Amino acid sequence: MRHILTILTILAFLNCYSRTIIAGTGQDIASLKKAVSLAKDGDTIRLKSGVYKEGNILVTKSITIIGENNVILDGENKHESLTISGRNITIRNIRFVNAGYSALNDFAAIKIIDASNVILEHNTVINAYFAIHVSNTTWCTIRNNTISGNPKTEQLTGNGIHLWKSGHALIEGNHIQGHRDGIYFEFVTESVIQKNLSEKNIRYGLHFMFSHNDHYIGNTFKNNGAGVAVMYSKKVKMELNRFEENWGPSAYGILLKEITDSYISNNTFLKNTVGIYMEGSSRTEVLKNSFRNNGWAMKVQASCDDNNFYNNNFHGNSFDVATNGTMVLNKFFHNYWDKYEGYDINKDGIGDIPYHPVSMYAMIVEQNPNTLILMRSFMVSLLDKAEKAIPSLTPENLVDDKPFMKPNKL
Amino acid sequence: MLKLSRYVLYDILRSKVIIAYTLFLFIVSLSLFQLEENDSKAILSLLNIVLIVVPLIGMIFTTIHYYNSYEFIELMLSQPLSRTRILLSEYGGVALSLLSAFFIGVGIPVLVFAFDETGLALLFTGAALTLVFTSIAFLASVKARDKARGIGAALLLWFYFALIFDGLLLLILFAFSDYPMEKLTLVLSALNPIDLGRIFIMLKMDISALMGYTGALYKDFFGSATGILYTGGIMLLWIILPLWRALKIFQRKDL
Repeated sequence: MRHILTILTILAFLNCYSRTIIAGTGQDIASLKKAVSLAKDGDTIRLKSGVYKEGNILVTKSITIIGENNVILDGENKHESLTISGRNITIRNIRFVNAGYSALNDFAAIKIIDASNVILEHNTVINAYFAIHVSNTTWCTIRNNTISGNPKTEQLTGNGIHLWKSGHALIEGNHIQGHRDGIYFEFVTESVIQKNLSEKNIRYGLHFMFSHNDHYIGNTFKNNGAGVAVMYSKKVKMELNRFEENWGPSAYGILLKEITDSYISNNTFLKNTVGIYMEGSSRTEVLKNSFRNNGWAMKVQASCDDNNFYNNNFHGNSFDVATNGTMVLNKFFHNYWDKYEGYDINKDGIGDIPYHPVSMYAMIVEQNPNTLILMRSFMVSLLDKAEKAIPSLTPENLVDDKPFMKPNKL
Repeated sequence: MLKLSRYVLYDILRSKVIIAYTLFLFIVSLSLFQLEENDSKAILSLLNIVLIVVPLIGMIFTTIHYYNSYEFIELMLSQPLSRTRILLSEYGGVALSLLSAFFIGVGIPVLVFAFDETGLALLFTGAALTLVFTSIAFLASVKARDKARGIGAALLLWFYFALIFDGLLLLILFAFSDYPMEKLTLVLSALNPIDLGRIFIMLKMDISALMGYTGALYKDFFGSATGILYTGGIMLLWIILPLWRALKIFQRKDL
């Protein structure tokens, strides 16, 4: 009880003494830099509208900076606009333009380093190298920001939201476009990415490396150079996301490499060259996803094991599943395949003959991609029919024993 | 010439085969659109009809028609009419009747149920293939002396274009898989009008898959304006060249 009282007293004390500093064009304190240097922990700085070209601003105190309408921080193409290194810092409603580029440093419009409890809300970042760069930070929230870059090559463009060695981050409702990777995670744990829209980035919409126990929900990744890549991570949950129109020779809805114990459900894959590409992944559950009009709904390489694919719907994909070997250690069941031609005599909704999702032609294309030109040829459908009657090339174990007659309700 | 074409057209309509063909196409297309739960699957089945059935019927019908109207052609030759004119009006009559059968039988259902890029590409391909195979059939029947040989040649040619060519292409692609084959495949595909039509439709239907690997090359080429011109141009060549050859032979033929 006494502790609580003490804490309450301290809180009240802090509240009484926190001030609001109004700074900016036309005020006594004209520059943001001066306002930050005058502020004490717990203060709020309200910034009047205007363009501020103040080079790099370093924030280490626990303060809140709120911009009025049209507050623009201009990096003049040579400075890192804002560096945050401290606790309990909030930045809201500021427009960052033209942050600098450096080949030696990872310059960013907003850099958060060695910090905790930082909130970035409703900011706009335009034409930056890295937009938001977070490292060695915990409990950081990045919400409802709009980020758009002007990509040239992969080397000259940084990531939209870049997190390195952080934990408990929340990335929510951001719109990111035109960077190298939309959202980049490396060594980031226990974090949530939700309701973001990441599009037109030149490499990945979302890029995960060595980031365990993360959860991403309800995001849309559209028209990125290579889709989404999740690599070398454990226990990642991916739900209700949309992966759309990721087109190209090596573009994937999701690329899963060395992923274990993960969970992929209720996602929609629409018009990707490859919906899910899986390599060296184990114990991952893939369920209730909808695959529509993709080139390949899934490419499951022979190096994957113990994965389960069930209750998914496959509609109008050029190829349902492709693989690169005859070894199959994964299970497919209760999926709906629109190419299934079997029957259901006992009317239990489950087809009586198994479905082989890998067609002969998919194997041929895997070996010799040039043969793609023969797709939908009469010749090819004859080959597929012959292979169905007498299987020889297609992996016999890659089979859905209990295919659904009607689409799963998702 | 138009008058002669009109006679040919009347003659064809009287035989009722073309009406049966129209009805067949119409019923099949309509039932496909009614049965399949989504239109793209129906289009897929229609694709097979367009690529297989349309050329086959076109060739067989043309050859049989040619031999059946042999007396009529002979009669016309006794009139002051040039041989070129007579054969061209025969071609015009047959091609027009087959085209209208295709447009009524497949065109109307497609326009009603799947009026989009893919549907239009399908109609374009079907129409082009009808003209191409009518033209090839004329060449086969002008060249062969008796009916059995003519029909046999037509069937063989159909078999070659529909099936054997793709088999050969597959063989070539595998035999030379160590070499860059993309450009060559483009050239080879021009040697078969069915393949050309198929690729044209595929670009609308399977665009996502075609963007993978070397596929992007096909997309860049066939999908661009030059590619569409190229497809159209090669199709036109496939219509004109056999017909022109048939005319040459017909002019010198001892009937």
